Amino acid sequence: MKKSEKHKHAKLIYISKRANVSLSMQIITRVIALALALVVCGIITKVLSGENPFKALAIFFEGAFEGKRLLPTIHELAILLCVSIAVTPVFRMKFWNIGAEGQVLIGCLATAFCMLRLGGKVPEWALMIIMSAFAILAGMIWAAIPAIFKAQWKTNETLFTLMMNYVAIQLIEYFLKIADKSGSNTVGPELLNHGWFPKLFGVQYLFNIIVVAVITVLMYIYLNYSKHGYEISVVGESENTARYIGINVKKVIIRTALLSGAICGIAGLLLVGGYSYSIDSNLAGGRGFTAIMVSWLAKFNPITMVFTALLLVFIGRGADQFTQIPKYGLNGDFADIITGIVLFFIIGCEFFINYQIHFSHRSKEGKQ
Amino acid sequence: MNVATLLIIIRRAILMGTPLLFGAIGEIITEKSGNLNLGIPGIMYIGAISGAVGGFVYKSSVVYVDPFLAVFIPMMCTILGSLIVSLIYCFLTITLRANQNVTGLAITTFGIGCGNLFGGSIIKIIKSNVPFFAVGDIAKEYNKPFPFVEYLPEKTPELIKILLSYGFMVYLALALAIITTLIIKKTRIGLNLRAVGENPATADAAGINVSMYKYVATCVGGVIAGLGGLYYILGNSNGIWANGAFGDKGWLAIAIVIFATWKPVYAILGSYFFGALCILYNYLDNIPITFIPLLKMLPYVATILVLIIVSLRKKRENQPPASLGLSYFREER
Amino acid sequence: MNALEIKNVTKRFGRIVANNNINLTVNSGEILAILGENGSGKTTLMNMISGIYHPDAGEIFVNEKPVVINSPKDAFALGIGMIHQHFKLVDVFTATENIVLGIEDKKRLNMKAASKAVLEISGKYGFEIAPQKKIYQMSVSEKQTVEIIKVLYRGADILILDEPTAVLTPQETQKLFAVLRNMKEDGKSIIIITHKLNEVMSISDKVAVLRKGEYIGTVNTAETNESELTEMMVGKKISLNIDRTDPHDQKERLVISGLDLYNKNGIKVLDDISFAACSGEILGIAGIAGSGQRELLESIAGLRHISGGEIIYNDPKTEETVSLKDMSPMKIRELGVRLSFVPEDRLGMGLVGNMDIIDNMMLRSYRKGKSIFLNRKPPRELADTVIRDLEVVTPSPQTPVRKLSGGNVQKVLVGREISAAPTVLMAAYPVRGLDINSSYTIYNLLNKQKENGAAVIFVGEDLDVLIELCDRILVVNSGKITGILDARNTTKEEIGLLMTKTGGADNEEE
Repeated sequence: MKKSEKHKHAKLIYISKRANVSLSMQIITRVIALALALVVCGIITKVLSGENPFKALAIFFEGAFEGKRLLPTIHELAILLCVSIAVTPVFRMKFWNIGAEGQVLIGCLATAFCMLRLGGKVPEWALMIIMSAFAILAGMIWAAIPAIFKAQWKTNETLFTLMMNYVAIQLIEYFLKIADKSGSNTVGPELLNHGWFPKLFGVQYLFNIIVVAVITVLMYIYLNYSKHGYEISVVGESENTARYIGINVKKVIIRTALLSGAICGIAGLLLVGGYSYSIDSNLAGGRGFTAIMVSWLAKFNPITMVFTALLLVFIGRGADQFTQIPKYGLNGDFADIITGIVLFFIIGCEFFINYQIHFSHRSKEGKQ
Repeated sequence: MNVATLLIIIRRAILMGTPLLFGAIGEIITEKSGNLNLGIPGIMYIGAISGAVGGFVYKSSVVYVDPFLAVFIPMMCTILGSLIVSLIYCFLTITLRANQNVTGLAITTFGIGCGNLFGGSIIKIIKSNVPFFAVGDIAKEYNKPFPFVEYLPEKTPELIKILLSYGFMVYLALALAIITTLIIKKTRIGLNLRAVGENPATADAAGINVSMYKYVATCVGGVIAGLGGLYYILGNSNGIWANGAFGDKGWLAIAIVIFATWKPVYAILGSYFFGALCILYNYLDNIPITFIPLLKMLPYVATILVLIIVSLRKKRENQPPASLGLSYFREER
Repeated sequence: MNALEIKNVTKRFGRIVANNNINLTVNSGEILAILGENGSGKTTLMNMISGIYHPDAGEIFVNEKPVVINSPKDAFALGIGMIHQHFKLVDVFTATENIVLGIEDKKRLNMKAASKAVLEISGKYGFEIAPQKKIYQMSVSEKQTVEIIKVLYRGADILILDEPTAVLTPQETQKLFAVLRNMKEDGKSIIIITHKLNEVMSISDKVAVLRKGEYIGTVNTAETNESELTEMMVGKKISLNIDRTDPHDQKERLVISGLDLYNKNGIKVLDDISFAACSGEILGIAGIAGSGQRELLESIAGLRHISGGEIIYNDPKTEETVSLKDMSPMKIRELGVRLSFVPEDRLGMGLVGNMDIIDNMMLRSYRKGKSIFLNRKPPRELADTVIRDLEVVTPSPQTPVRKLSGGNVQKVLVGREISAAPTVLMAAYPVRGLDINSSYTIYNLLNKQKENGAAVIFVGEDLDVLIELCDRILVVNSGKITGILDARNTTKEEIGLLMTKTGGADNEEE
C-alpha cells in the first residue's frame, strides 16, 4: 500500500495516433517546421559569420537562382532527383536500400570504363549506347546482389547495401590506379574524351535534365498506374497479403531492386557522360544518402520529390555561394550543417502530423 | 616480410583499430536497444573535432600544459559534443518516432559538416600554410604509456613491449569491450536492454522503461563512439586534424558490429583486423600500387560475407536484434 | 476487502468507444470472470488495469486506495500481473530469462538461483517447464506456462488472465483451473476473461458482463445460470434461426486425401487429413483454436507447401480433375479454378489496410488483361456494388479500409471474395468480432453461395452456429480429423467430445 503513494501524480501528457490528418494541417505543420528551422539557421549563421540572417538568406537565393548559377542549380536538382527517384520503388516496398551511392558510383565506373576503352574505337553514337547499357547493367547488378540475398535468405538489406557502397568506392580507386598510372585521384576529360552527351539546343546539361524529367514522370505513372507499381505497394504494406493473392514476393523484390539499380546506373551515366567527363571516388558526392532523405520527406511520391530535392539543392547551392565570400570565413561544409538542421526540423515535424498529444483529464478539468 | 615489419604492423593495426573498436562498442550498445544509429560516423566526427578543439583552446590559453588537464579537457569536450548529437538522434527517433535511417543519415551529414567547418575555421585562424592543425602536446599525453612500462626487464619479448606501449585509451577500449560484454550477458540491465532491442512490447509489458533504455543506450553508445573519434585524432594521428582525414572510419565501425555479430569481444578482433587491413599497404613492399584499393576493399567484403553467412545459418543468437530500426509506440492499435 | 475496484472507466480509440463507464470490484480470495463476446471491450479494460492503455476517464482503486497506472511497471508495483492472450515473450531468451525480465532487485542477477525458483514454482503447481529452453523452440502451451510462471514469480496478488483457455487442451484447462483455485485459497484475486460460459460456471465466484463496451452488471456465479448470463451477454435471448436449405446437386468438388503438413519449426501440424467438400453444401470445421484449421485452409489455397497427400479439384464445367498440390494462388486462378478464401487475419492478409476499398477490390483481379497498366474501372464498379449490396458503412470508396469498423472490413473482404462467383468458398472465422446483424449478413451470404452451387467450407468457433448453419461438420483435433458429423443430427456435446483428445474421459466440462 505504501507503494501506491508515489502514484499520486497523474501523467499529464500522453500520445495517440491521429485517425485523420487533413492536407492543410499537414502543410501548415511543415511550414511551421521550416520556419523554425530558418530561425535556428539564422541564429547559427549570425553566430558563425556575423551576418544579418536576412542578408544571408538573400545571398542564399542569389547563390541558388541568380543568372549563371541557375542552370547548374537545375542540373544539380536533376541529378539528386534522379537518385531519389531510383530509391523510391524499393522504399515503397520497405526494402531499405541505402546503397544508392554505390549503385550510382558503379554506374559512373561502367561509363568511364567504356569511354576509356572504346573511345575513338567505335562511332560516338555506338559508344553512347554501349556505355548507357553498361552503366544500367552495372547499377542493376549492384542492387541485385543484396536483393537476391534479401529475397532468398532475408539478409539485412540496410547493412548489406551500405557495405556495397564502400566496395564500389574501392573499385573506382582501383580503376583510377589502372587508368592513370601517375597515381592521381581522378581520371579527367583528357582521358575520357569520347562519348560526351550532346549539348541540346546549345544548352549545357539540358540532355541530363530532360532525361531525368522523363524518368520522373514515368516513375510516377509506373508506381501509381501500373500492375508492377500495385504489386510493389501490396508487398510493402503486407507480405502476407501478397502471398495470399499469389504475388511472388521474391520476384517482386528482385525486380524492383533491379529497376532501382538501373536508374542509379543512369544517374552515374549522366554524371560522367553529361556533366563531369571525369571520374573519382567522390563523384556521387553523398547524393545516394541525400536521396534517401529526399525520397522519404516526399513520402515516396515522385512529384513531391521535385520540391524536397529543390529544398536541399537550394541549401547546398546557397551555402556554396555564401561560403565563397571571404569575409565570413566559412568553408563549404557550412551547407552540411544547415542541411542537417533543416532536416532535423522536418523529420521532427512528421511526429506532429502522425500523432496527437493529449493532456490528461485532470488538467482539462482544471481548465473548465 | 620480416619479424620487425610484422611487429610494426601489429603496433599500427592496434593504433588504427582502437578508434574503430570504440565506434563498434558504441554502436553495439545502441543497436542492442533496437536503434540502428547510422549517425555514428557523424557522432565520431563530432567527438573528434570537439576533442581537438578543446585541446587546441586549452593549449592556446596556457603556457604550461598540465598533463591531467590535457587529457581531461579534450575528453570532456568529446563527451559533451557526442552526447549532444546523440540526444538529437534520440529525441527525433525515440520521442518523435522518426525514421531511424533518415535521422541517422541526417546526423552524419550534420556531424561531418560540423567537424570540417570547425576544423577548417581553426586552420584559418592559425593562418596555417598546411591544411591541418596540430595539438601535439595534448596528443603526447594521450600516447604516454603507463609508467611501469619503463621498468620492464630487458628480456621482455618485443611483442609484449609493443602491446604495453600504448596510451591509456587503447586499454580503456579493451576494458569497455569486456565490461560491455559482461553487462549485456550477466546483468539485469543487459537482460532488459536485449529485451528492448528484441521485442519492445514485451519489455514494456514487463515493466521496463523502453524509452529510457533506448535513450541511455544510444547516448552511452554515442559517447563511446565519440571517444573513438577523439582517439583517432589524439592517439592515432598524434594530434593532427586534417579535414576529411577521418574519412569513412565510422562506417567501418558499423561494419565491425555486423562482423562481430553484435558481440563486443569479437569486435576487438574485428577492429584490429580491420585496422590492420587499413594500414597493411604501407608495409607490403612488393605489391603493385593498384592492389591497394583491393586491399582496402577487404574489410567491407568480409563484412558482407559475415552478414550472408549469419543469415544463411539462421542461428537465432547471431541475428541482428529483432526490432532493429523500428520505433516503438505503445498505444498502437 | 476490495483488492481492485474500477469506477466509471472510459476508453476511446479515435471515434470508437471501446469501454464506456465500466465498474468492477474484485475481493481478495475471489475469482471474477469477465464475460463478453468478442469485441465487447474485455481486453481493452484489462489493458488499462495493467498499464498498457491509459483510461480517458474514470478511476482505479487498489486495496481501496486510488491509483494511477501509467505503465506495466506501475501495475507490477501494485501487485497486478497480466497474462496476455498474445504472449509477450522474447523469442531468443530462455524461459528463465523471460521470467526474471523487468524485475527490479538490488541483488546481482543470478540465473541459476532464478532457474531453481522457477522449478520450485512449477513443481508446486504441477507445471512442466524447462528453464533453459529458448522460447522459439517452445510449443504454444509451453509458452503460456512461461507467461503464468512469470506472473507467479513476481508474487502478483491480482492476476488477470486474458482468454487463457483458448489455446489449451481440456486437460490443460483443468490443470490451470486447479492452479487458480489454489491461488484463490492463498487469498489472491483472479480475473479471468472469457467468452466460454461453461468455464465461467466452473471456476468463478462472480461474473461481470460487458456488451459492446458497456458494463451490464455483476452477478454471483452461484446465483445465476448459463441462460441468464447469455441474456446479459447478448442483450436479448436469441435463437439463431439461421435459414438452412437442404443441400442440392451435391458433387465432390474438392477432394483432400492424406494431407500432411509441417510448420517451419518442423512440427507436424496436419496429419493425414482426408475429406471431400461437396458443391451445394456448407462444410463446417470445428476445433479448439490452433488445431490446424488455419493451416488446412492455407494449404488448400496454395499458401503452404504440403509434404504429403493430394488436393484434387473437380471442375464443374469440364468435369476434369485438377491437382492443386504445390500450386501458388496465382497458378490456381490461372487454371480457371474459382477458389475464394476469406482468411482469419482480415487486415493482415485478406486486405491491405492502407489501401482504399477500390484498390482492395482488385487484389485478386488486377492482373486481368494484357496491359501493363491497371484498369481501375471494374474494381470501382465492384466497390460500389459491394458497398450498396452489403450496406458497407464508409464515407466513400476511396476510404482506406483500416479506417472502417470490423464488420464493414469483413463485408468488403467477403464481398470481394464472393464477387468471383466461386466454386469453392473457404471462410475462416468470418463472423469473429462482428455484431449480430453483420454476422447474419455473412451467414446469408454463405447460404447464398451454397444455393449457387459452391462448395462452402466454414471454420467457426461457435458450436451453435456450426450446428445451425452447416450441413456437415468436420472436427479437427491437433491436426487430425476426429470425426465428420451430420450437422442436423448432432449435438454440441458430441462435437465437444471429438474436439478433445481422448473423447469420453474429458466430458466433465459439459
